Amino acid sequence: MLDILAYAAFFLVTALTYGIICLGLNVQWGQTGLFNVGVAGFVAIGAYVSALLTTPETAGRFGGLGLPVWFGWIAAMVVSGAAAALIGAITLRLRADYLAITTFGIAIAIQLVALNAETVTGGPFGIGFIPRAFGGLEDRPIIFNLANLALVGAVTALLYYALERLVRSPWGRVLRAIREDEAAALSLGKNANLFRIQAFALGSAIMGLAGAVQAHFIGFIAPENYISTLTFQVWAMLIIGGSGNNRGALLGAVLVWGLWSVTGAMLAAFVPGEYQARAAALQIVLIGVALAALLVLRPRGLLGEEKMISRFLKG
Amino acid sequence: MNLQFIADGLIMGALIGLGAIGVTLTYSILRFANFAHGEFLAWGTYFTLALASGFGAMFGGSGTIGALSFGWPVLLAGLLAAVLTGLLALVLDRILFAKLRERGNAIVMVMASFGASMALRSLLEFLFTSEPAYFSRDIQIASPLGLGIRLTPDQVFLLGFTLVIVIVMERFMALSPTGRAMRAVSENPVLARVSGVDVDHVIRATWMIGGALACAAGVMLGITVQIRPFMGFDLLLPLFAAAILGGIGSVPGAVIGGLIVGVAEASAVQIVGADYRAAIAFLILIAVLLVKPSGLFGGRS
Repeated sequence: MLDILAYAAFFLVTALTYGIICLGLNVQWGQTGLFNVGVAGFVAIGAYVSALLTTPETAGRFGGLGLPVWFGWIAAMVVSGAAAALIGAITLRLRADYLAITTFGIAIAIQLVALNAETVTGGPFGIGFIPRAFGGLEDRPIIFNLANLALVGAVTALLYYALERLVRSPWGRVLRAIREDEAAALSLGKNANLFRIQAFALGSAIMGLAGAVQAHFIGFIAPENYISTLTFQVWAMLIIGGSGNNRGALLGAVLVWGLWSVTGAMLAAFVPGEYQARAAALQIVLIGVALAALLVLRPRGLLGEEKMISRFLKG
Repeated sequence: MNLQFIADGLIMGALIGLGAIGVTLTYSILRFANFAHGEFLAWGTYFTLALASGFGAMFGGSGTIGALSFGWPVLLAGLLAAVLTGLLALVLDRILFAKLRERGNAIVMVMASFGASMALRSLLEFLFTSEPAYFSRDIQIASPLGLGIRLTPDQVFLLGFTLVIVIVMERFMALSPTGRAMRAVSENPVLARVSGVDVDHVIRATWMIGGALACAAGVMLGITVQIRPFMGFDLLLPLFAAAILGGIGSVPGAVIGGLIVGVAEASAVQIVGADYRAAIAFLILIAVLLVKPSGLFGGRS
């Protein structure tokens, strides 16, 4: 019974970290219509930056400054957001799909750095001994997982509240105006490009935070955590939950991560060892088909976009 | 200094160029960046592999031609596979892209192609596992061509083959009625339609050509390196970089862009080592977007 409780808390912490990534993606895609194919890259930046700043000093590796965890989280947001602002400044003035191609490229470049810059990133073996929040409770998994759930839950709730305020603010309305009718927004004197860069940077900063939160929960990161499958899962979560809707983003994250975990556990239990790699490929096929089918059949997802005019008026 | 890397870069660049033709045509005519294009390369190669081993089993013998490592089974299989890959692209269009095109949101099509690419690639992994496969395990002897450059007979054949395809494609786009219609739709779809251009025919032709050339590029990669489910996905960034560098919509531009990307990658391997090879295409892409987003040969930015 207690094992189940510990697992449930562990599952929810993981799902909520995906939820945070989804909230970031929702700022970019749901509110502003920016297609980011490099989600995994921005999550990786956050995870590595925070890990480098907070781990204890390690011989032969750069970083290891031993700074507090909260500092790592903030730095993760700043660096991910700055990287996104730079990419956005180059590509957002061009055709919409150039952002998709460039972010796809940056995710590959970051993956290469993570794999090869061994003196900084630890190479293929990654970085271990990342200080975990409530690390003192590690030998009591139930309390450790519940404490982390409380922390990550609080971060998610805070972020959710802030974003709900933001999308109802004048700033959020400009984003949707640009998404729906750029010419109209421009004619009102809104600098569409600048707003897009801001939204892109904000979304990526949130993804960076999620990467740092994940890294400090697991205590270990490696390049293979940040491959394109991650980007793909997060997109499936947002589209299934309902893009443009922060509750949809969180719901999608919990649902898809639940499905992924259940199918993964079933594969491990029922599929003989030599076929497991193949069966795992089938798992991705199913999500890919589901994503494509949903785009055709029910593009608004489960919850759909919330209609909103202002935080003072219910639309 | 050994100039071998230039020859290797040209071979890689030739096949990147072939693949980039499909990317640039879908981008300019259907107006979206197709992330599933890399999967056409991989599927075309596996179609070829399956058919070639079928032919080999049916008629016996490896049937190699002259000094090449492959023979008529691979060539015939490649031809059939090119048609099959074109059909695969058509089917994907029918069940997915056509439905989204009606809604007129290009970026949703990009997203759908991303989902389709993930599904198609994983399906290959499911069917054939991620173990690499080969058309032939024979080792070829490279002959010296002077200046320290050595090429295998396969590589000479592939360079010649690319040259022929590029000339044929260029003439086709310039002179044939279908090619002219494709250029018209790429310039201005609405005007093309009211002028009586059969847009549906143009779309079908674009997918067939793009798929067939992707298959050719994939088979080249399979012959010179190896066959893996991820082979197309790993080439996607160089394909995009080549298409944008050459100028969206330009067939010769795509091939020249491919050659530049290929040689740049090979040169970078000489200087910084193979670890960061895949980042070169990204750097080229960023440089083009900063300096001349419309690419070398016109096109739109």
